[in-house]
Formats: sequence, C-alpha cells, structure tokens
Amino acid sequence: MRHVIDKRVPADPPPVIRIRHLTKAYGHGDATVHALRGPADPATGAPLGVSLDIEQGDYVAVMGSSGSGKSTLMNILGCLDVPTAGRYLLDGIDVGHLDERQLSLVRNRKIGFIFQSFNLVPRTTALAQVELPLAYAGVRAAERRRRAEAALALVGLAERAGHRPNELSGGQQQRVAVARALVTAPAMLLADEPTGNLDSRSTEDVLAIIDRLNATGRTVVLITHEDEVARHAKRVLRLVDGQIVSDVRQAPVDGPPPLLHRAEAGVPA
Amino acid sequence: MILWQMLRFAAGGLAANKVRSALTMLGVLIGVASVILLLAVGNGSSVAVKESITSLGTNALTVSSGSAYGGARSASSVKKLTIADAKALAGDADSGAIKSVAPVVTTSGTALYGNVSYSPGSIVGTYPAYFETANQKVAHGEYFTDDDVLGSRKVAVLGATTAKQLFDTEDPVGKKITVGGTPFTVVGVLQAKGGSGFTDPDDVLIAPLPTVQNAFTGFGPVNQILVQASSADSTDAAQAEITRVLLGTHAIADPTKADFRITNQASLLTARESTTKTFTVLLGAVAAISLLVGGIGITNIMLVTVTERTREIGIRKALGAPRAVILGQFLTESTLLSVVGAGLGVLAGIAGSHFSIVGIKPVVIPESVLGAFGIAVAIGLFFGSYPANRAASLRPIDALRHE
Repeated sequence: MRHVIDKRVPADPPPVIRIRHLTKAYGHGDATVHALRGPADPATGAPLGVSLDIEQGDYVAVMGSSGSGKSTLMNILGCLDVPTAGRYLLDGIDVGHLDERQLSLVRNRKIGFIFQSFNLVPRTTALAQVELPLAYAGVRAAERRRRAEAALALVGLAERAGHRPNELSGGQQQRVAVARALVTAPAMLLADEPTGNLDSRSTEDVLAIIDRLNATGRTVVLITHEDEVARHAKRVLRLVDGQIVSDVRQAPVDGPPPLLHRAEAGVPA
Repeated sequence: MILWQMLRFAAGGLAANKVRSALTMLGVLIGVASVILLLAVGNGSSVAVKESITSLGTNALTVSSGSAYGGARSASSVKKLTIADAKALAGDADSGAIKSVAPVVTTSGTALYGNVSYSPGSIVGTYPAYFETANQKVAHGEYFTDDDVLGSRKVAVLGATTAKQLFDTEDPVGKKITVGGTPFTVVGVLQAKGGSGFTDPDDVLIAPLPTVQNAFTGFGPVNQILVQASSADSTDAAQAEITRVLLGTHAIADPTKADFRITNQASLLTARESTTKTFTVLLGAVAAISLLVGGIGITNIMLVTVTERTREIGIRKALGAPRAVILGQFLTESTLLSVVGAGLGVLAGIAGSHFSIVGIKPVVIPESVLGAFGIAVAIGLFFGSYPANRAASLRPIDALRHE
C-alpha cells in the first residue's frame, strides 16, 4: 500500500535510513579496532565514518567477508547496538537521542528482524512467536491473533500455527521468523544472513517471500556473503574493513525486485 | 491483559524446568510449613501449660516455709509452718479475702490391695477444703468429711492413676487397702485431670490430716498450707492477709525477713508463660531461617534461569520488549514460585498440625499462617528482583550474542 501513496506525493519521501559519519570502535587506545570506519581523513588519517541513505521501498544487500563490519552495521541499523560516533536517522527520527524505553518502542514498531540462527523463543508455538511483538506493542488478544494468523498465512505456514520450534524444519523456522518480523508492519526488514543456515530449497522459499514483501513496498536490508542471494536485491553494497567499497544498483527503487518472477517461475523448472 | 500475558510467560518459563521449579518451591514450602508448624507447637505447649495450671485450681495460694528472698537466712531460724498457723489463718474471720484454709502434709509409702502393691506419687494428708481449693473433684464415691478429720478415721480418696493401678477395673469404693501397715477404707475416686508436666496429678492418695500424721509423719510441722481466696480478684488481698497473720504468729517484724513463701497460680502462670514464649520465639527463629534459606534458593535458581535464557531475553528485546516487561516476567516467575510454594507450605503446615508432636498438640496461630505466607511472597519478590533486574538491564546485542 505504501508505494501507492508514495506515487501520489510528488516530493521524495525521506529515506528510511540515513546514516552520517558512523563509526564503531571496540577497545581503547592502541588496541582500538574500528569495525566501522569509512574512508580515512586525507589530512589526519582518522576514520571519517560511513555515510549511507536507503530509500523507502529499496532492497539492499550488504555484502562482505567476515570481519568486514557488516554485522556491526546491521546491529546499529537495528538499534541493538549504539555507534561510537555519527548520526543515525531511522524514518526521520534521530535514534541517538532516544532513551532505552523509546529504543524498545522503535525496535518494536519500525524494525523487523530476521536472524541467521532464526532466534525463535524456545517452547513457544509459531502463532505465539508471531504474536509476541504485537503483545509487546499492547495489541489486544483477538486482533493479535488475527494479524498473526494472517502473517503466518503469508509465509505459507497457516497449518503449522500450533507447532513449537523443535517441531519445525529450519526453513519453516525461518519462515516463522519472517512472519514475526513483518507482523508489526515495520518500516524495514533487517535480515542478517537469513539463508545462512538453510538448504538451497528453503533458501529459495525464504528469499521468494522476502522478494514478495519488497514488491509490496517493504524496505529490506539483507546481509549476506553469497552472490546468489545478493542477486535478489535492487542495490548491492560491498563492505571491506569497515568501509563501503562499492555501491551497485541492480534495479530501480520503485520497480519490482529483479528476481521476483524468476524465483516464482524457477520452482517448476 | 499485559499482566495476564506476563503470568502466561512466567508459567511457561517455570514449566520448562519442572524438576528445578518443584525443588525451589519445596524450599519455600518447607520454610512456610515449618514456620506455621513450629509456632503451632510453641503455642500448643503454652496452651497446655495454661490448661494444666487452671486445672491445679484457680484462686489457690500455696504457703510453704522457707525464705521468700533467697537462702541467706540460716535454717535454724526458720520456723516451720504448723497447724496453729493454719488455724490462725482460718480464724481470721474479719478478713473477706480468705475463703478456706487447708494444711497439707505429704509423704510417700506403698499401698497394698490384696496382692497388688503400688506406690502412689504422693500421699497427702489434709482437710476437706483441700478438694475445692486444689480443684480435685470426686468422680465416684464421696469426699471425706470434717467428721472424718476430727475422728482421725482411716479413710482415703484415690487419684485416678492410683485407683487404676491398685484396682484396675474393680470398683475401689468401700474396699480396704493397706498403706504402710495402716488399713484405709476407700471412700472416693477423683476425676482424672491428665497431666502435661513431669508429675502426674492423678497419682495421689488423699486422707484426713491427723490420720496421715498419726500413721506416717507425726504431729510436727506441715509441708504447705493451701489457702483459697474468695475470688480471683482477691488473691492479692488474700496474699497480704496471709503475710500479716503469719508474720504475727512467727513474731517477725520485718516483712523482708519472712520465713515463708506464698505462691499463687497467677504468678506461676506468668512464669510458665514467659518460658513458653521464649520457646515459641526460638522455634519461630529457626523456622524463619529456613524460610530465608528458601528465599535464597529462589535467587539462586532465578540467576541460573536468567543466565540460561540470556539469548531468549535478547530475542525478546530485539522484538521490542521494554525493560519493564522483561523485569515483570522474571519477577512474576520468582513470585509465582514463592506463592505456589508458600500456598503448598500453608497446606502442609496445617495438615501437619493435626498430628501431635513430641507429646504436644500443636495449635495453629492464624496470624502465623498469614504472616508466613506474606513473608514468603515478599521474599520471592525481594530475592527475585536482583536476577530480574539483571535480566532486564542486559544490552540486547550482548544478550543475543550469548551462547
């Protein structure tokens, strides 16, 4: 629905994500390690930090080898971690100025997480998993149930609503996680190597769902080190040693994701 | 609604580790049950003491010889109590405080009936007034009378235990027994009082004073003079009266040098009560310690749970759980542990108090039930707050990275 409204407004909407001169350092003094540094200041050699804008409706893949800072970036984007320096505006809100309670509200309303290791709550049925963010948002039980069931149906798991994580396959668990991430209708989906622990068949399933979500206007930021996965994105960023070394657009922001149809047609082939 | 949600999360968390939760609850259960039960035992013994003292006779004052203020005085200067003293007390007619006077001698001996031989705990020689003053009621037969005393008749009233030992199922009234070579006719058997102390008040043989003096003790001093005050309120007046009369008969000018002692049941009662109070406080303290240990058990288990579920806490935080909800969830878990544990403890304590423990019938104090339950729940909240706070203040990224 969002992109329909966007088309009616001629001016560009504010970017979902705007980061400016973001750095993240661990340790002190000589032992300082910059997980995010950006380009070095030509005069002093000090890190200038990473700057990046992500438009509404975009589908961005962040690539890089381990240690490149992509997970650090993802944690900061998801408000799980705080940057050492720099500004981060999520949906126009400066996250750096929020207290803990407001941050939990942002995580609840603005961001949907999909983790590599699924991170489902143990001993909890799929339906209850998906209801969880709604419960924290204070949605009433009947409404919660209706929306959670709709989200599960969207990922094709309506009939598995009563199953616990240990009764689901990896692919099914990740689809529950996707349903849980999208149930609050967040401004963006953050996926940290969502297919890293999945076989190729489940990978296709999960990516097809993410493609469809993006096609309906949801902003997606996806972290991966597989080119195969990155091909689904409209824009590919490469990180090396805490700075962005390449930024390639594969498809326009307001179009469908490049592999949407192939993914759906690819199953019978 | 959110409260109900928290309760469900908490119940789920506890159910995930049933054995551990059950053992933690057991700690609280034992604490609460022991508080209730031990206080009930203390209370029960105090109730028993009160009952046995009332059964000794109310309004009764016992005069015995000896210094009231310690043993500083030499034995030779102590004048024993005599029948003359008793008569002086009884003859003090202008005082309304004294109702009756009974001098008492006690001795011991062996009673024979046929070929059955038994030594009663005590053989008492006294006046008929003794029965009323000492709250001894005849269950079967009669008391001996003033005539029996005047005539030094060889009649006896038996305590319930003595009667049982000598006659078993036979009816003792009218039977002849021999005590120390003197034949006695049994005229009555006393009601059983039941003893809770070291001595059995039913293990007696009571006979007229001159008869016992004649047969055993000789016509010397008496052991005690039992005085009955006219009412419970006049025991103080009676005590003053006795002091005045006996100081006169013993020719003592200084009341602090009195060579006799007056004890009344009220003072005995307070002395015994303070003893049982100490006993109850001691028991309560022991029980409180076990309750505290149960509380520490909750902290321990909740700390383990928080560590174990750090990752889950991270997930919940990433999904937008506010700090207060995480805090609430773990506090609810620890409180649920203590509430269920304490509830079961109350049941166990009340059930346990139906059995008599080391000869004491426990009497549950209602306040102790509420108190123990309340304290246990408060302990759950208090001892749960540290682990819960630790869980709530975890940074989401640290919690998620936790393996």
